[in-house]
Amino acid sequence: MNPLIPMIASTVLAATPLIYAALGETVVERSGVLNLGIEGMMLIGAVAGFAATRSSGSDAVGFLAAAAAGVALSLIFGFLTLNLQTNQVATGLALTLFGIGLSAFVGHNLAGLPVARLAPITIPGLTAIPVIGDLLFHYDIMVYLSVALFIGVQWFLTKSRAGLTLRAIGESPGVAHAIGKPVLTTRYLAVMFGGATAGIAGAYLSLVQTPMWVEGMSAGKGWIALALVVFGTWKPARVVIGAYLFGGVTQFQLFAQGFGLPIPTEFLSMLPYAATVVVLVIICRDPKTILLNQPASLGHSFHSAA
Amino acid sequence: MDHSGLADLKPRLVLTGITKRYPSVVANDDISLSVRPGEIHAVLGENGAGKSTLMKIIYGVTKPDAGTIMWNDQYETIAAPSQARRMGIGMVFQHFSLFETLTVWENIALALDEHVPTAQLAARITEVSEKYGLPIDPYRLVHSMSVGERQRVEIVRCLLQEPKLLIMDEPTSVLTPQAVLILFKTLRRLASEGCSILYISHKLDEIRSLCDTATVLRGGRVSGSAIPRNETNESLARLMIGGELAECHLTPREPKEVRLEVERLSLPTPDPFGTSLKDISLTVRSGEILGIAGVSGNGQKELMAALSGERLSTGSMIKLLGQPVGALDPAKRRTVGLTFVPEERLGRGAVPPMSLAYNALLTGARKGMVLNGLIHPSVMRTFSKTVIERFKVKCGGEQSVASSLSGGNLQKYIVGRETMLQPKMMIVAQPTWGVDVGAAQLIRQALIDLRDQGVALLVISEELDELFMISDRLCVLAAGRLSPSVKPAETSIEQIGTWMSGKFGEGENDASTPAASYLEAAHA
Repeated sequence: MNPLIPMIASTVLAATPLIYAALGETVVERSGVLNLGIEGMMLIGAVAGFAATRSSGSDAVGFLAAAAAGVALSLIFGFLTLNLQTNQVATGLALTLFGIGLSAFVGHNLAGLPVARLAPITIPGLTAIPVIGDLLFHYDIMVYLSVALFIGVQWFLTKSRAGLTLRAIGESPGVAHAIGKPVLTTRYLAVMFGGATAGIAGAYLSLVQTPMWVEGMSAGKGWIALALVVFGTWKPARVVIGAYLFGGVTQFQLFAQGFGLPIPTEFLSMLPYAATVVVLVIICRDPKTILLNQPASLGHSFHSAA
Repeated sequence: MDHSGLADLKPRLVLTGITKRYPSVVANDDISLSVRPGEIHAVLGENGAGKSTLMKIIYGVTKPDAGTIMWNDQYETIAAPSQARRMGIGMVFQHFSLFETLTVWENIALALDEHVPTAQLAARITEVSEKYGLPIDPYRLVHSMSVGERQRVEIVRCLLQEPKLLIMDEPTSVLTPQAVLILFKTLRRLASEGCSILYISHKLDEIRSLCDTATVLRGGRVSGSAIPRNETNESLARLMIGGELAECHLTPREPKEVRLEVERLSLPTPDPFGTSLKDISLTVRSGEILGIAGVSGNGQKELMAALSGERLSTGSMIKLLGQPVGALDPAKRRTVGLTFVPEERLGRGAVPPMSLAYNALLTGARKGMVLNGLIHPSVMRTFSKTVIERFKVKCGGEQSVASSLSGGNLQKYIVGRETMLQPKMMIVAQPTWGVDVGAAQLIRQALIDLRDQGVALLVISEELDELFMISDRLCVLAAGRLSPSVKPAETSIEQIGTWMSGKFGEGENDASTPAASYLEAAHA
């Protein structure tokens, strides 16, 4: 078999959780809320999904539990930042720390236990096609759902009325309130959506990528997802491309290590993060790109004066 | 339109005893008014008189503490703007309620309650905007539009909803005289179709020619109501400010040496939707006011940026006191003796979340407010207090946050601040935009006083009446080109209006040519 095929396949696996988390955060940020708690919500999702699948034996139950756990955590964030108008950056950081601690505590007895990996689905006829079948049609259901999520988010933000309202609120909540748009409700829904996708992203780690629970297993992927949103200048398509690029670089360095290239492994492991930094710098070089694309009210609390 | 006929109709909107208290001020105190179908009802009042609060209450943005609202004979509690819109109330805001990064059609779609497909909506926008003489491109992004164009979007947005009551907050300040007439025609047609209009304006002439009835507010209370047709500007102003209207006096003076000289300034704009400056030449001398008329979006923003130093230019196209300053940034130009009042008060003229005192420090640091690199708070506060006192700025003291002041009050403060820096040359953009009569006269008089002290002033304004009142010479900026200058006494509003549409002689930027020859050029 062509060695490129497994590399591409593993790229997709590496990118999928990033896509879930980053697309969710894109929606959250387009509504004007900056939730830095993705890492925490991913870990909670990972442990909740793992526990639920182990006790029920069903992956669907696992992913649903993970989404629910992510939503629960995001509601704490929503209550603090939207109702009590705490600082979004500080609250998001606290949420991450809380998520790391809580997931470690809850998952203490789960560490090292096995769970069956979510199996790739077989599509009659398609999976059997040589090369193309291997490249496109032998993934697990969550990969296909991530594509559906991308299409859904893209449609929602650019075509739907609700998406227009959400963007308007992210642009100027004061004006949106003045013309009668429900700022708080919309932001709550966005934050909950972000929580659900972050939870699913976490469960993808503990049920598919490395089917077990390990403390702190997200290993900074929540932060990468946040960077990807900026990388994609708050546009879903670019966010997804960024996720695949990052996944590709991650896999490349693993393969490079495997092939024994004469580069110290430390440098190779650094590659994905260095690539993220370089890309972010390039994107931010033109301030206009950020100015025109970043939601104007991002990170600011909204208080209606009425 | 016939007022006696209106009297027979049942009122559409009746406000009784509306009261709204804020921690430091009673914005509305027992206000009652009623509007009939087809009536154009003026709401007159100075800054802080409570007009905006009252309109926000009608539009459901703010809840009153007391009082009742009756709409079509039924008591209503208007809890939200969406409810107001469903009832048939539309509002054109003074501070525009547009989303800058969205397109025109997206902005309009947001305010509609039903879903309309994009193409269909765009077609309707084009149709309505052309019908009412306010052409706009539905696919343009709002942040690339001028103030005047943004207001068109606001007005068209309301008209699309076919309102029963239209609230207009200072709608004509960004229109050419010809466009004002078109708008009035629009409003009269709307009224004849049965739409009621609440018209907030400080332009007494407009109110007298357009409105059927007027309610005058002063200090949050109704100070009187009138039929504007039967009143004079003076009697309306008396009701509004409780005293006589101060007059501006421009005594002829012989201007002295040249302070600002712009020679063949051409500057392409970096903004794809902006206006490039083309071959602009002008001079301003000590002790004279040069007024620049024109509808915004014709290069005013760009000219201001080029003169203030926000945008740099090469060579010696711009000379300040004989010194080429094209390459100097705004701070350096200020040390040469320039001060300026930008059009945008919040964000360019003042830092919104900072106190008035700190905002004084921003441009007045050289006036002894900074000592050995440290802020000298008492000097800063005294300076700030003097501005507040001299320019009668209504605020809670020098520690008030800039964004808490009404537009007019903040403008008084900014003009006062720049005036007290003892400039040699001062540039003012839209000095009285959205400012009421009393405050506007105060600002104009301050500019004239400066001129009499020998300062050279360049005033960019959309208000023709104002420019005719205070300018020694007058010219028009249209599509990035500057017309020749003319003495106000030697021209007419119509002539300037024609120039505003870009019809003036080609390549005749000589300030000394008499106006008469351009009249011919305009007809050619």
